[in-house]
Amino acid sequence: MREGAAPGRIDTVAALRDAAITTLLAFGLFLPLIGFQTVVNIRNELVLDTRWPLLFGIVAAVGVTRLAYSFLFVPWLERFKERPMAVTPPVWLGLIRDWFTPFAIGFVIVYPVIVIATSGWGGALKWVDNFGIQILIYVMLGWGLNIVVGLAGLLDLGYVAFYAVGAYSYALLAKEFGFSFWILLPLAGVMSSFWGILLGFPVLRLRGDYLAIVTLAFGEIIRIVLINWVDLTNGYAGISGIPRPSFFGLPFDASDEGFAATFGLEFSPIYRTIFLYYLILALAFLTAFVTVRLRRLPVGRAWEALREDEIACRSLGINTTNTKLTAFAIGAMFAGFAGSFFAARQGFISPESFTFLESATILAIVVLGGMGSQIGVAVAAVVMIGGTEIMRELEFLKYIFGPSFDPTQYRMLLFGFAMVTIMVLRPRGLVSTRTPSVFLKERKAIPADMVKEGHG
Amino acid sequence: MTPKSGNQSSDEVMHRHGMGAAGDVLLRVEHLTMRFGGLVAVDDLSFEARQGEITALIGPNGAGKTTVFNCITGFYKPSEGRMGLCHGDAAIWSELNALTESGKRGIRKDGNGLYLLERMPDYLVTQDARVARTFQNIRLFPGMTVLENLLVAQHNSLMLASGYTLFGIFGLPSYRRAERASIDRARDWLDRVGLIHRADDPAGDLPYGDQRRLEIARAMCTDPVLLCLDEPAAGLNPRESAQLNELLLGIGNDHGISILLIEHDMSVVMEISDHVIVLDYGVKISDGAPDAVRNDPKVIAAYLGVADDEVEKVEAEVGL
Ligand SMILES: Nc1ncnc2c1ncn2[C@@H]1O[C@H](COP(=O)(O)OP(=O)(O)OP(=O)(O)O)[C@@H](O)[C@H]1O
Ligand SMILES: [Mg+2]
Repeated sequence: MREGAAPGRIDTVAALRDAAITTLLAFGLFLPLIGFQTVVNIRNELVLDTRWPLLFGIVAAVGVTRLAYSFLFVPWLERFKERPMAVTPPVWLGLIRDWFTPFAIGFVIVYPVIVIATSGWGGALKWVDNFGIQILIYVMLGWGLNIVVGLAGLLDLGYVAFYAVGAYSYALLAKEFGFSFWILLPLAGVMSSFWGILLGFPVLRLRGDYLAIVTLAFGEIIRIVLINWVDLTNGYAGISGIPRPSFFGLPFDASDEGFAATFGLEFSPIYRTIFLYYLILALAFLTAFVTVRLRRLPVGRAWEALREDEIACRSLGINTTNTKLTAFAIGAMFAGFAGSFFAARQGFISPESFTFLESATILAIVVLGGMGSQIGVAVAAVVMIGGTEIMRELEFLKYIFGPSFDPTQYRMLLFGFAMVTIMVLRPRGLVSTRTPSVFLKERKAIPADMVKEGHG
Repeated sequence: MTPKSGNQSSDEVMHRHGMGAAGDVLLRVEHLTMRFGGLVAVDDLSFEARQGEITALIGPNGAGKTTVFNCITGFYKPSEGRMGLCHGDAAIWSELNALTESGKRGIRKDGNGLYLLERMPDYLVTQDARVARTFQNIRLFPGMTVLENLLVAQHNSLMLASGYTLFGIFGLPSYRRAERASIDRARDWLDRVGLIHRADDPAGDLPYGDQRRLEIARAMCTDPVLLCLDEPAAGLNPRESAQLNELLLGIGNDHGISILLIEHDMSVVMEISDHVIVLDYGVKISDGAPDAVRNDPKVIAAYLGVADDEVEKVEAEVGL
């Protein structure tokens, strides 16, 4: 008899060995983390307490999960992979593919109306602000980073730096000089792309991991400068009282010249929120529109060619440094727009909003969405940001796990779980095919395994 | 003999594209040396490639052929040597020494040009000096369609037409016209290499022989005066190889484009090249017409891998 499992059969010995190793590892890891606990006793002394039942419970759970993984999940996954691809995809799939985008666009346009109709004026505020605006900011950031990572194939781990530059540009210039939002929005974009070029010049010679590390450092440098240059940025305390955008000159306040009074409406904060919603929606659409256009222009094709093979690009007379710089600058510009919107919406910014976690989140959106795909990135943003927001709504879990249970605390855990699941099932993201920018007879989607991811 | 009228019209074509008369020197490589640490990959190599001709560069494995290509196309900076390339009238060669002194990359004068390739970065060698190349291990853009591959090759002219993206983004008609023209050009080349039916398929999906031809078509879309091909017949079957010969001869005849060719397949070399240069361990050991080179004892020795003093013995054995 030969060792090793035949296809479709489960190797019991290997599975048991696997589970044993996992259990041991879990024990080693959780012994100090969960097995021991320091408590202050009645005499105010710090003593070591043990929690054996909890420790063994968790370690056993890990072992059983690992067994279940080998015996249930892996065979299921195999079947999933082996299932032959349908020669012609079912009709409903084609319908979804054709109608998803127009439907999604229509939905986001009427979204505030739907929300007001269903939850009333008071309840709508939360749904438009926390869900709508928050998600759209990340959709826009995802689309912006998608130009750099998805199209040009340059791994940028410090994208949030340009978001910060946009936010601080708006905050400082609006407070100091009182310029209006509409002047500062493009200015913030210009500032960010300027910093993008400044960073790009020395850095874009590097490739792959090295580029990633340097951009990561750049993101941290910007944040640390924001913290330490107290005279300009007010350090950790941040900048508050940032002027809010007005409705073409009409402020959203209770005054006689305000928006509500002018239109003969009763004053309510929801008007500003709805205005902000449509503002970020317009900005996001602008990003998508420009990206779609750029992809069909020589510069966009050069970005994708760069991702595919940089040396071949150079042999065709393409100045790769300039091409990378434009990708960096345009990506940074959209982050700058989003940043100035963010500052105008919050009215308060501090370096806390621009940590590495933000960069990682935006990058995760791009990767989960499928690099280079507009729709995929938008869906990923809805899932990731909407998902974390939804966690705040899970108050009912307190009835199950007790009043001290805070669902938002488990955000990262679920987050990681969702990412691992998607990466196992769809390693190249939700929408992994590439749409050609031009065609002679028929536009055929290009399968993911053909498309390169870029090396920096 | 070609009829006189035919000659005239092809001369006109050449002048319109900024090319000189057939037979003039197009590329002059002088004392080219390339060292990698202690290894001398190319040693004091001098040769010329002429307008409208196919010049073959042959030699055993590791002889330094690809390194010569990498120097000419700007991918390597040569340790020593000068590489001049002329556009248009050969009279401009008289400026060569003045240009070398001046420290400039190239000069343009009355529609003619002279370039020093060793001073140019890789992308300018293609963009300004108009030297295109293919690679020994094919380098297509596998995730882009065949058509897109050919459009990327026309990047510089399209970039200009799109006003460096500004006009393009607003969809101005002038850009759309330019794009249509470049699609037509791509279509012409796809017709010539017989890939028009695959235009909308990813390049990575093509069989090997088709990929080779696509890479040549892509290089041609950059509108070169000199096409450098690194082993284009490698991995082709005899039928494909014959098609390739035809394609290369056609490129020379119809477009007046000169070709520099690295090739191991002697049937290709002997059949289509006008001039053969043989390298061995980075040194030029023979230079001349195909027939002369074929019978050169040094070449035979190099290919059979024997020491110089045994050459005569080998000659006797192979019946020379
Ligand atoms: N970048 C490099 N660094 C170090 N050595 C190199 C480099 N490129 C080439 N060489 C060396 O230079 C010599 C010539 O290599 P080259 O690739 O030019 O040979 P070739 O004639 O093209 O051979 P083949 O017929 O196998 O393609 C070889 O010994 C090779 O190892
Ligand atoms: Mg070689």
